[in-house]
Amino acid sequence: MTTADVLVTPRFLGTRRRSRSWSLLTRASVPVALLVVWQAASATGLLDPQVLASPGSVVGALRELAESGQLADFLAASATRAAIGVSLGVVAGLVLGVLAGASALGEELIDPSMQMYRAVPFLALVPLLLSWFGVGETFKIVLIAVSAVAPMYAYTYLGVRGVDRKVVEAARGFGLRGFRLVWEVILPCARPNLLMALRICLSVSLTGLIAAEQIGTTEGIGYLVSLSQQYFRSDYMVLCILLYALLGVLIDTAIRFLEHVALPWRSGVAAR
Amino acid sequence: MTVTLATATGGSTTSPAPAVRIRGLRKVYDGKAVLDGIDLDVAPGQLVALLGPSGTGKTTLLRLLAGFERPDAGELGVPLARTTVYQEPRLVPAHRVLRNVMLGQRGTAANRAAALASLAEVGLADKARSWPATLSGGEAQRVALARALVREPRLLLLDEPFAALDALTRLKMHDLVERLRRRHDPAIVMVTHDVDEALRLADRVVMLRDGHVSVDLLVDLPHPRAITDPHLLAHRRRLLAELGVDTPEATP
Ligand SMILES: Nc1ncnc2c1ncn2[C@@H]1O[C@H](COP(=O)(O)OP(=O)(O)OP(=O)(O)O)[C@@H](O)[C@H]1O
Ligand SMILES: [Mg+2]
Repeated sequence: MTTADVLVTPRFLGTRRRSRSWSLLTRASVPVALLVVWQAASATGLLDPQVLASPGSVVGALRELAESGQLADFLAASATRAAIGVSLGVVAGLVLGVLAGASALGEELIDPSMQMYRAVPFLALVPLLLSWFGVGETFKIVLIAVSAVAPMYAYTYLGVRGVDRKVVEAARGFGLRGFRLVWEVILPCARPNLLMALRICLSVSLTGLIAAEQIGTTEGIGYLVSLSQQYFRSDYMVLCILLYALLGVLIDTAIRFLEHVALPWRSGVAAR
Repeated sequence: MTVTLATATGGSTTSPAPAVRIRGLRKVYDGKAVLDGIDLDVAPGQLVALLGPSGTGKTTLLRLLAGFERPDAGELGVPLARTTVYQEPRLVPAHRVLRNVMLGQRGTAANRAAALASLAEVGLADKARSWPATLSGGEAQRVALARALVREPRLLLLDEPFAALDALTRLKMHDLVERLRRRHDPAIVMVTHDVDEALRLADRVVMLRDGHVSVDLLVDLPHPRAITDPHLLAHRRRLLAELGVDTPEATP
């Protein structure tokens, strides 16, 4: 018998579904490993506390901040700013992106200006915004919103453009036009792309938040960053980075949840 | 039983007010007339199969009738209630089956009931809550058919609706079309590449060539038809010859 005659069970080429708990463990493994290395390096003296504070002292800083009640205040201040600014920016970017993506007239009216706007780094607008709004809360919210608009617009536009034109044509054939066409067919089909737009937009506006909070603030994580710089406190510097990282994880979790809710037809479907 | 070979203007079928009226229809792409003066009437309830070599403008004609293209010259008359089924089902992936059938309609109880009834007609009542991505090719195409029929069209446009299906499913779809025709009785223009499909289902076979109607054949045989019927075989040979395929004479 030659090898060509041997029958084998076909190898499974699909993707296996991973159990939730395993998936969570795997997700956590790399950050935890990094933490262990950090702790080991600090404890053995390999890592100079001047270069990077030890995990222990960062926890100490966290406790100090929590006991004085400032941690809760700062987090609340940052979260509120971010929420208001991002919401404004997302809504503006979404509306403009849908208008430009779904209608030729909208594209002609909106897209050229938005492409120019997109080319301007939002940090270049800081002096202008400061002179308009002063250093108060309005300035911060506007800066965050301004940073969120461009990515939200760009990816929404692409997402709406990317909707299967054959499906849209079929919907037109069934009498759908204008707002109803957008609402009932284009937006639902574009939903995966819109979520990606939101994801990118949120990570960009996190930068907006940091920038906004470095200027003329007395609370917020960004304020903590400037303080730690001023007093050269390595433990607080690291704490701030970790707080931002935590914010990133929270945003990611929220969007994963949103994807789960908003894209119900995705789960458990093979590619066809 | 009569077998008529009508003239290329379709003049023999104009007795009642037609469901489709095409006069001098012209469509030009890049300086080339894809359709160059088409005259055609389709009677109410008639099923016209549209044949022709690839690229002769069958889809273009259908899109003109559906309103997706504008004619460069000529007149078109179609009923207000008309729907299309394409080669692909074109379901909205983000809506469940029932909502796809109700696309563009209000979510009233009456509309829901009609959509469910329509799904039941194509044998998919139990798939109303499924996502389109979980349907088989034949099921998805039946949903597309239900979605077209729920609007009670007076004209149903089918562009190679069964081309992507396997032979067995296609035969079942033919049965389904014959059943649905008896109930709804819309005029139907169906593009197909399958001569046998055309002869099995159609009351009339129209062939396009070089922008004109080159064959207009009335197939006045009772349904259901056996493909071994000698009249059908004669038609089949003629149509295939017209498409450039020679078939050997059957020896009795
Ligand atoms: N939007 C367009 N722009 C330019 N040419 C086009 C366009 N649409 C169709 N055509 C041309 O018109 C001709 C007819 O196309 P059509 O799709 O109607 O052919 P068909 O008979 O349906 O062919 P098939 O049997 O392959 O589906 C083709 O030569 C095609 O290239
Ligand atoms: Mg075609």
